[in-house]
Amino acid sequence: MQTFDLEARGLRDLNATLHAQAENTNQTHWEIINPKGSHAIAVGLDAPIEVSVKGSTGYYCAGMNKQATVHVHGSAGPGTAENMMSGTVIVEGDASQYAGATGHGGTLIIKGNASSRCGIAMKGIDIIVHGDVGHMSAFMAQSGNIVVCGDAGDALGDSCYEARFFVRGSVKSLGADCIEKEMRPEHIAILEDLLERGGCDAKASEFRRYGSARQLYNFDVDNAAAY
Amino acid sequence: MKDHDARGIPHTTPRQSATFSQDVNSDIRRAAATGIYDIRGGGAKRKVPHFDDLLFMGASISRYPLEGYREKCETKVTLGTRFAKNPIELDIPITIAGMSFGALSGPAKEALGRGANAAGTSTTTGDGGMTPEERGHSSKLVYQYLPSRYGMNPDDLRKADAIEIVVGQGAKPGGGGMLLGQKISDRVAEMRNLPKGIDQRSSCRHPDWTGPDDLEIKILELREITGWKVPIYVKIAGARPYFDTTLAVKAGADVVVLDGMQGGTAATQDVFIEHVGQPTLACIRPAVRALQDLGMHREVQLIVSGGIRSGADVAKAMALGADAVAIGTAALIALGDNDPKWEAEYNELGTTAGAYDDWHEGLDPAGITTQDPELMKRFDPIEGGRRLKNYLKVLTLEAQTIARACGKNHMHNLEPEDLVALTMEAAAMAQVPLAGTDWYPGKPNT
Ligand SMILES: Cc1cc2nc3c(=O)[nH]c(=O)nc-3n(C[C@H](O)[C@H](O)[C@H](O)COP(=O)(O)O)c2cc1C
Repeated sequence: MQTFDLEARGLRDLNATLHAQAENTNQTHWEIINPKGSHAIAVGLDAPIEVSVKGSTGYYCAGMNKQATVHVHGSAGPGTAENMMSGTVIVEGDASQYAGATGHGGTLIIKGNASSRCGIAMKGIDIIVHGDVGHMSAFMAQSGNIVVCGDAGDALGDSCYEARFFVRGSVKSLGADCIEKEMRPEHIAILEDLLERGGCDAKASEFRRYGSARQLYNFDVDNAAAY
Repeated sequence: MKDHDARGIPHTTPRQSATFSQDVNSDIRRAAATGIYDIRGGGAKRKVPHFDDLLFMGASISRYPLEGYREKCETKVTLGTRFAKNPIELDIPITIAGMSFGALSGPAKEALGRGANAAGTSTTTGDGGMTPEERGHSSKLVYQYLPSRYGMNPDDLRKADAIEIVVGQGAKPGGGGMLLGQKISDRVAEMRNLPKGIDQRSSCRHPDWTGPDDLEIKILELREITGWKVPIYVKIAGARPYFDTTLAVKAGADVVVLDGMQGGTAATQDVFIEHVGQPTLACIRPAVRALQDLGMHREVQLIVSGGIRSGADVAKAMALGADAVAIGTAALIALGDNDPKWEAEYNELGTTAGAYDDWHEGLDPAGITTQDPELMKRFDPIEGGRRLKNYLKVLTLEAQTIARACGKNHMHNLEPEDLVALTMEAAAMAQVPLAGTDWYPGKPNT
């Protein structure tokens, strides 16, 4: 285990050190101490390493992550794991706005709640939230899955495309073109896998599925009020 | 037409309304028939004060000219000197603006790369991401970071020679993008992670930041991901150029790209293109003043775009304080867009060469703004690249000719004092004297 004191050594040194880890590095475990809400911690990683952040992070922690596992032992600021490509990001506490925004792949697990716009414009990432998600979550979500073990705020899935949303609790309101959909066996299977990966002990049968009604896919003047 | 009625009383001459012109009436009929606003490509078509309304004075007794072809007039420009380890060095101060793969065909993007390379300048990706053709054929490639984040990934980000965060586009400040279903080929759909054949909207705001304080952190993140190596540009529309330039610089931009309202777009509502934003001419001085007020003019470089067509336009933009310019529409025309040789086909589409702007429909007879494999075959990227190189050379020679006539041994030495304006409006916007006077509207202490 390598320990990196962010306060003592600074952000540039941290990211440069993590970027220097080759695919087959034997320094696979990193612990970052004194993160103190700093921005852009462990961004742009591209190696199968495990990074444990001991405290809370600012904006864009693990942004554009590939391969790595980044574990935040605290809460995470806006845009955590934004545009993630692969790998895993785990937040023990709560996550601020835009968690997993535009993520293309990988898994984001938020043990607490996620704020508004969780999974905005997501493009393939899987997001598992143990608590609630805020308003406008999954806005323009393209593909991937969001699992919400608690409740979802206003306008879930507004203008979404092919992404799937599984919510256990209540949904305050659905956004434009987002509807409840039948939970078929294949969805149960997908959800069970997500729940297992996310370390949730919830049962798949407790969830409802939401997704796009696909009515806004091609412009139609009779839908103008929804645009 | 009869000029009198049955009783012999003369008709007045039929008179078209200036307010309800034939153009306006055709817009109303189109709207009534479809119920949908008009979407088109290109920039503002209305006449606005522009570089044509400025003139260079040339040399005189107090300013002596340089000998054409003998005395050097340097055109090199370095972009991104503020924070980047590897600034971009260009041979000419004319870059190719960001145009999306999706809006343009793969071969058209390749031609832009070939032409830019041969002329020693950079080209830029666009909404939809970076294609291997484009990266392969562009020795200096700027990678756009757009609100949609279509195709965005850290590998391409690290392959880029610069990153351009797009906040706005002159054609549509505050507007997102639109790629209609008919242009979504398998490849375009895959790059954007969306199903084929559906209309693709690009959002107007970035999904994970709002406002200048966030932008500063976003720039930090992109620098950390790319190891502080490449310059970060911020592209703004000609909306509030003084404040936007100030905020972009404060957020840490290396380069500001300023795009005025005549700037082209691949597809936007006509009402947006024609009615939102300020003319390029009106935007340059406020942006330069913002840089000067921060002590950053020439430290943070300014690239101006929106209606650049000739070497004279290049020289005028630079005299007003730009470090370089970018071209979009002109580059497409150089490649062969709107060429009269396709007139019969333009007529079939209900238009005429020069006016064709339905780029979003994907039916471009010139094979440039299309994803149709048959139409694309009409366009030869090698020939296109050669034409663009020629055009860029001419722009450069023309700009140098003017700069030498003004006695400048570097394009950057052109200055507002070399210019006069032909109209009051242009004088006010460019803050150079109305020809024949030493005055412009708004001149301090007058
Ligand atoms: C076909 C086409 C596609 C464009 N796509 C983009 C884009 O993806 N991103 C962007 O920032 N600007 C885009 N633009 C705008 C250009 O980058 C540039 O701002 C503009 O074309 C400059 O004005 P000009 O066309 O008068 O030279 C596009 C323009 C055209 C003509």
